[in-house]
Amino acid sequence: MNLLYQIFVDPFVQMGASPDLLVQTLWEGLVGGVLYSLIALGFVLIFKASGVFNFAQGIMMVFAALTLVGFYEKGVPAPLALLLAIGVMYLLALGVERIVLRPLVNQPDIMLFMATFGLTYILIGAGELVFGGDPKEMPVAALGLPKGAIDLKILGGLVSLQKIDIAAAVIASAMVAGLALFFQKTRIGRALRAVADDHQAALSVGISLNQIWVIVWFTAGIVALATGIMWGARSDVSFALQVISLKALPVLILGGFTSVPGAIIGGLIIGIGEKLGEFYWGPLVGGGIESWLAYVIALAFLLFKPEGLFGEKIIERI
Amino acid sequence: MKALKTTALALLAATALAAPAAPAAAEDIFVPLFTYRTGPFAGSGTSIANGMRDYLEMLNARDGGIGGVKLAIEECETGYDTKKGLECYEAVKPKKPVMVNPWSTGITLPLIAKAAVDKIPVLSMAYGLSASSEGDTFPWIFNPPDTYWDGMSMIIKYIAAQEGGGLDKLKGKKIGYLYLDAGYGKEPLPFLADLSKELGFETKLYPVPAAEMQNQSAQWLNVRRDRPDYMIMYGWGAMQPTAIKEAVKTNYPMEKFISIWWPSEEDAKGAGKEAAGFKTLNWHAATADFPVIKDIEKHIVGAGKSQAPKEQVGTVLYNRGVYNSMLIAEAIRTAQKITGKKAVTGEDVRRGLEGLNVDAARLKEMGMEGFTGPIKLTCADHNGHRPTFVQRFDGSKYVKVSDWIEPMTDKVGPLLKADAKAYAEKNAGWPARTEACDSKS
Amino acid sequence: MFYREVGQFKTSYAADQAIFPIRQDRIGLALILAVAFIGIPLVGGEFMIASVMIPFLILALAAIGLNILIGYTGLISLGTGAFMGVGAYACYKLTTLFPGVNIIVWIVASGLVSCAVGVVFGLPSLRIKGFYLAIATLAAQFFLQWCFVRVGWLYNYNPSGAIEVPVHTLFGIPITGATAKPLTRYFVVLGIVVVMTWFASNLVHGRIGRNWMAVRDMDIAAQLMGIRLLPAKLLAFAVSSFYAGVAGAMMVFLWLGAAEPEAFNINESFVLLFMVIIGGLGSLIGSFFGAALIHILPIIVRTAPNALGLKIGSATAEHLTFLITGALIIFFLIVEPHGLARLWQIAKQKLRVWPFPY
Repeated sequence: MNLLYQIFVDPFVQMGASPDLLVQTLWEGLVGGVLYSLIALGFVLIFKASGVFNFAQGIMMVFAALTLVGFYEKGVPAPLALLLAIGVMYLLALGVERIVLRPLVNQPDIMLFMATFGLTYILIGAGELVFGGDPKEMPVAALGLPKGAIDLKILGGLVSLQKIDIAAAVIASAMVAGLALFFQKTRIGRALRAVADDHQAALSVGISLNQIWVIVWFTAGIVALATGIMWGARSDVSFALQVISLKALPVLILGGFTSVPGAIIGGLIIGIGEKLGEFYWGPLVGGGIESWLAYVIALAFLLFKPEGLFGEKIIERI
Repeated sequence: MKALKTTALALLAATALAAPAAPAAAEDIFVPLFTYRTGPFAGSGTSIANGMRDYLEMLNARDGGIGGVKLAIEECETGYDTKKGLECYEAVKPKKPVMVNPWSTGITLPLIAKAAVDKIPVLSMAYGLSASSEGDTFPWIFNPPDTYWDGMSMIIKYIAAQEGGGLDKLKGKKIGYLYLDAGYGKEPLPFLADLSKELGFETKLYPVPAAEMQNQSAQWLNVRRDRPDYMIMYGWGAMQPTAIKEAVKTNYPMEKFISIWWPSEEDAKGAGKEAAGFKTLNWHAATADFPVIKDIEKHIVGAGKSQAPKEQVGTVLYNRGVYNSMLIAEAIRTAQKITGKKAVTGEDVRRGLEGLNVDAARLKEMGMEGFTGPIKLTCADHNGHRPTFVQRFDGSKYVKVSDWIEPMTDKVGPLLKADAKAYAEKNAGWPARTEACDSKS
Repeated sequence: MFYREVGQFKTSYAADQAIFPIRQDRIGLALILAVAFIGIPLVGGEFMIASVMIPFLILALAAIGLNILIGYTGLISLGTGAFMGVGAYACYKLTTLFPGVNIIVWIVASGLVSCAVGVVFGLPSLRIKGFYLAIATLAAQFFLQWCFVRVGWLYNYNPSGAIEVPVHTLFGIPITGATAKPLTRYFVVLGIVVVMTWFASNLVHGRIGRNWMAVRDMDIAAQLMGIRLLPAKLLAFAVSSFYAGVAGAMMVFLWLGAAEPEAFNINESFVLLFMVIIGGLGSLIGSFFGAALIHILPIIVRTAPNALGLKIGSATAEHLTFLITGALIIFFLIVEPHGLARLWQIAKQKLRVWPFPY
């Protein structure tokens, strides 16, 4: 009975008792969720356009941020370092298309998936070789990102919003909006959507698949860079961040592999869900449940809706 | 394809032959260093590796080794990974190392049983299995100068002192414990529970899973809710800078945030000036103003023989590496004194470690006066349970802010004994100590 | 010319359906076994035995387990590391609860525990497939790892939070713990691996294996043909977890000697997945090739520079290991997407027609 009380009543009593903490928890979950969404967005972009389940998205985030910080530490001014990092991501996209995707075209999905594993290893090795393996500090101020916090005295308590987190939310929204426009309004965007719908049909109307892939990987690289900057500002840029990026996977399940809105909403659900779970229910089992809660939420969800929130209905034929 | 296979086979054969071959020159003393300059913990590992290596290289360059015998130093990269660490161990074993320093609790644990069989002493400096301080049960394992339980007791004592004196002042206080959710962080839990019952303070636990080291906002929300009077941290790697940043974000009073001895300057710097006030335990200085460090700068760093950038010399973890190597060197020196041999073996160095006695005079001789306190190990006590002090981060470096604090040996001692006994019982057939004891005192 | 089945006539169905219908294959297998049982112990140094061969065999066994799931049944799993952990912890608990029973019994029995856990986490496989299932198995990976850390009962409340292996004997000879000679451990590992490989080989070539492959190729079609999907898929999960569990128990008891929960982390799962795919999906010998490549290659990259007299830092060597391993994975995928096992087949085919190209 006591246990039931602790599970079903007590957390809600706590929420009511200190609404400021509830708001703070929701906010932290929201920010975490935005970052998950961004990683998931990178996955979705690539999956849609090339059918590749890009496992390397997480390490691309670390690598992009590391390049930026690495250049900055070598004395390059921050804006230039940012440009250089973008340039490196472009070269990476070019290289991936030439060396990995093109020779592997038409192979089963799992082969391409494995190839991105190989890419992960290469990026880890190259990143550590060039920039060293120690955690690096993100030059927040030099990049023109705000620092400090806004403290709101509401709900009989204090809700503290980090400016960098607000910036993260704003930049993420801007990015998603930009991508949506890009997809809807531009020629390349339309080509991208055509490729996503049907490779062969797209080819037959004269769309260059290779070019599209470079663009998509480059876009995913920029998304990765933005995510890396934001997460690097919250903690440090280190290879341990790669493990966190795995959190984007349950987001993908929830949102569906091919849906951009799904990635965003899925990210927010996972982010908020795991923070609420850890904060209000975690103490019941000694805490630290955040590492698997997201996967279990996603798994439970899958049992009822195997194609995800916005995924296309799977119709199987023989 | 065939050529490929042949090459692969040839290479394989070459490795198989090469690994046990190439022994260190017979007259050298072989000291392998297990380091991790890669992997998720490379940030801390690189400084430690540089410190360890540079001190030993300095002995080679300045004194021509120890007692006239050169040290053959070889690094093996573990990446903080247990499997790679064991591979390193197997790779160095045929070369007759006089001692191994695993630098990872995960690697230390499998070696505990192997050490006695392979006759290679293991020095796990202030990490590894706490109970291995009991020399009667673990004659081959050494973990000076303190165990994690000692560390916890000293932090509690320091908190009591902040509250105005005796341990009774802790009554009714709330102390938060933020820890890496792994063996290392969980080890002090029973001890902390005992203390809190005895002294009447309340503990709040905040575990951080290893995969979530850089994502601690939930833990710190809990801190905000519980408002503990003090926070204690047992963290490692990327967990530490993240925790300090989150503490700043949560407006937690940094003066009341005390960590075990692992955070470095870099860990605190990321949070900026607001991190000033953050405290850690330490047992050695964190500056370069000592003759021994000057010697390293002159012979090694200045000569371009070090992998360490100049500004790293004298930082907390670099000096930690130097201290570790000092123990290695002194153990070898003591072994030479005991046995009268020049080229000592693992068995001799085990005796050297048990007879280790670095007193004030010896510290001065080594140019380490004021660098650290004296340490003496015995056959029964492989730890020393040395006092530590609290250092405060001032925004750019750590400054010593307390006197030496003695650990609660009366409380920790029996726990360690019981634990060592339990270990021997659980591992049925654990060999009883047969190694003779040299120190007469 | 040496590898040609001309003149080998089969006089019964049993002979025709044998796993190795060609005499040369049987001789080859006998040779390999002879090398493994006699050759390597004779020439291999302690490093070779303890750090190359034992891990290789154990990883190969785990890879076989995973291959049954991915290669034969088409279900991707990213939780193998955790299932190995289940085996290891089960074995630890069983040996401490019932110390009187022989360790080999418990190593095999711990596979059954892992098998049960595997079935539970295999349940979603009926509803979901492909990458979705892969991510679902990640839930098993992270949840089980959390259990290893958090459930004190599993590690007998050791303050170190790790499991340690005391000395166990077989016929009076220590086979686990520190006093066990690497060679003894090697023979035990080799024995178990050979027996279990033989068992797996019979399994996948028989009715059950054919069911699995039908499910892999198209599960709806398989269903229409009367294969019941849920039992077939769950059986694959069960057998796969059994192999992983035994491999995990062997890893801690016969290789590492003590383990923290971190030993069974997500990287372990990934590395096994590499082995299976590089080695060849749906091929037992491929699992061995994959394990050899992924485990032994980094050792070569690490030691080769020293053997060749080049001086590179240990950290640089490690970075290069990552780079080279990654590059090789991509290289092999491009050159031979069906894995090393396919290369093996091609080589056999070439030998068969040699010296004439067709």
